[in-house]
Amino acid sequence: QEMTVRDALNSALDEEMERDERVFIMGEEVAVYQGAYKVTRGLWQKYGDKRVIDTPITEMGFAGIGVGAALAGLRPVVEFMTFNFSMQAIDHVVNSAAKVHYMSGGEVPPPAMVFRGPNGAALGVGGQHSQDFASWYSSVPGLKVVVPYSSEDARGLLKAAIRDLNPVVCLENEIMYGKSFPVSDEALDKDFVLPIGVAKIELPGKHCTITAYSRGVHTALEAAQMLAGEGIEVEVINLRSVRPLDRATIIASVKKTNHLVTLEEGWPQCGIGSEICATIMESDAFDFLDHPVRRVTSADIPTPYAANLESNSFPSAQVIADVVRRVLNKKRA
Amino acid sequence: FSSEAVEVDIPTKFETHHLENAPAQKATTTKDEMLGYFKLLAVMRRMEIVCDNLYKAKMIRGFCHLYDGQEACAVGIDAGLKPGDSLITAYRDHCHMLVRGGTVEGIVAEMLGRTTGHSKGKGGSMHFYNSAHRFYGGNGIVGAQIPVGAGVAFKHKYDGDGGVCVACFGDGAANQGQLYEAMNMAYLWKLPVIFLCENNHFGMGTSVERASAETAFFKRGHVVPGIRIDGMDVYAVREGIRFSAQRCRDGLGPIYVELDTYRYHGHSMSDPGSTYRSREDIDKVRSTRDPLERVRNRVVELGFASTGDLKAIERDIRKDVDDAVEAAKAAPEPDFKELYTNVYDKNEIPIRSPDGYSHAFA
Repeated sequence: QEMTVRDALNSALDEEMERDERVFIMGEEVAVYQGAYKVTRGLWQKYGDKRVIDTPITEMGFAGIGVGAALAGLRPVVEFMTFNFSMQAIDHVVNSAAKVHYMSGGEVPPPAMVFRGPNGAALGVGGQHSQDFASWYSSVPGLKVVVPYSSEDARGLLKAAIRDLNPVVCLENEIMYGKSFPVSDEALDKDFVLPIGVAKIELPGKHCTITAYSRGVHTALEAAQMLAGEGIEVEVINLRSVRPLDRATIIASVKKTNHLVTLEEGWPQCGIGSEICATIMESDAFDFLDHPVRRVTSADIPTPYAANLESNSFPSAQVIADVVRRVLNKKRA
Repeated sequence: FSSEAVEVDIPTKFETHHLENAPAQKATTTKDEMLGYFKLLAVMRRMEIVCDNLYKAKMIRGFCHLYDGQEACAVGIDAGLKPGDSLITAYRDHCHMLVRGGTVEGIVAEMLGRTTGHSKGKGGSMHFYNSAHRFYGGNGIVGAQIPVGAGVAFKHKYDGDGGVCVACFGDGAANQGQLYEAMNMAYLWKLPVIFLCENNHFGMGTSVERASAETAFFKRGHVVPGIRIDGMDVYAVREGIRFSAQRCRDGLGPIYVELDTYRYHGHSMSDPGSTYRSREDIDKVRSTRDPLERVRNRVVELGFASTGDLKAIERDIRKDVDDAVEAAKAAPEPDFKELYTNVYDKNEIPIRSPDGYSHAFA
């Protein structure tokens, strides 16, 4: 059976709203319009105005309202139309949601809520609407940050995020919404959840490890396919979560392949790749490296509009394959 | 006699915006109740003076915002609400904590960084909370507590429990965009929230006239009704809050309450509070509008107690507060393992130490 990522997210929301009366969704165009990207399609018809709530275009206000509702005991799912607009509300994610449990010495439970929406590179939308905030949110103690790639990820991680007792940021990807993936019966179960903080070896291999997340997994698998024809077996790790980061899986893989390339659509400086490099430097996996770790990231620029410039600013399968070849000291076949 | 009802006048007229009616200029009270207010106001006054001393003795660290002068706001708000109602405020929160289940010892211990502090010494002056009393902080970011308070009100409406949330902020935060975002949604969705501006006339060192194009804050909700209340009169605050909360309970949505008040201390301990206003300004408020003196005068006028009796009560309070401070001082600092607790709900995620050589499963 196949399912799009969009439907996977939609079914996850539907099932969790059915399961728990406290779960509600709020955001711009989530109700009557059926979702700017149709992730919430049909939910308003089913659950009504009380639990599927259109907000004005005021991110700071509704993110704060979501935090308050969660502090008082509800389970809000706050949709950002895209994470680009979440910058208007990031104070509530970082200062209001992530820290209150600690600052109160445990007196206040963490707000159990989800901030979700599309994140990362989009197509043809220029500088302000196309960027990856994974490293920003992943640096904040008190948050969990999940980054689904496939339909199974989307279902398992979003359902886990809604049930989690901490604030969780769910970074989806617009370009992936329409992609179809096979889903197992297990993944279709109403109680299917993936553990947050556990990566998945999406493709086993022995020559070089690539860490990736969200749409990057798709690109990494493309690169792996190109390299397979050259006798290079790449191991692709789908991180699934960037906080907590499954360091153990990365370290074990590097010890096996002795080579590591990190991949992300975010900017290079202080990125997820930087963090993974530091993790390797600080672990015994460092001694297993046969080549320095290389990071593949977006170019260090605001996203340009023109198609030819844009396509060169984000990592393609070709770029990844080239980097893997260089790391392995192999010529292109 | 002590529980016999008497009527007291509220001399300052309530000013309203988009309201058909207003609270009466009278309140009903009893001797016990009035003496209770007097004691609570006096404890707050004394506690804040003691904090001032502890700060100057370098025992309280960091930011510390004192509430003396504004005590009638915290006492009146609480007196005007019902059990089950919620409260959230900004960083000037010591006295709000006191009416929401806090103790002088727990509050002072928190500021001294002791394990017996209400936030186990992990929050400090700006971060008090009490879940059981529906007190949600204690937010250190100017204005951020306002939409969060609207969210707490959202929960009251969602559950239909008849509860109301009061979201307090100062005249400085009244210019924050997120107030207008929250008010817009609260009015659209008829959330039971009181947007409560404690107008003490200065956002740090900037007077309302220099920071706000419209200084009648209670009118700034536009379609949201508003009311201006004498924030130095505990009975005015109580009656105004009771009236406002009832509107919320009746499903009429939010109301913008402005409490006209004053702080005697500077904005925080780093501010002597004298560069942007004169000593005479402060003395004038003290001698004509002081919230504690007003209750004292009423008690004496009504013959509930003599000036001497009240002095004796204050002496006892002074001793109680001093004892609480000594107890707070004697308490141990937080256990080192507390460094890594309360980051997440469950202690399942390894938390890295500064040197990276250890990870605590806190």
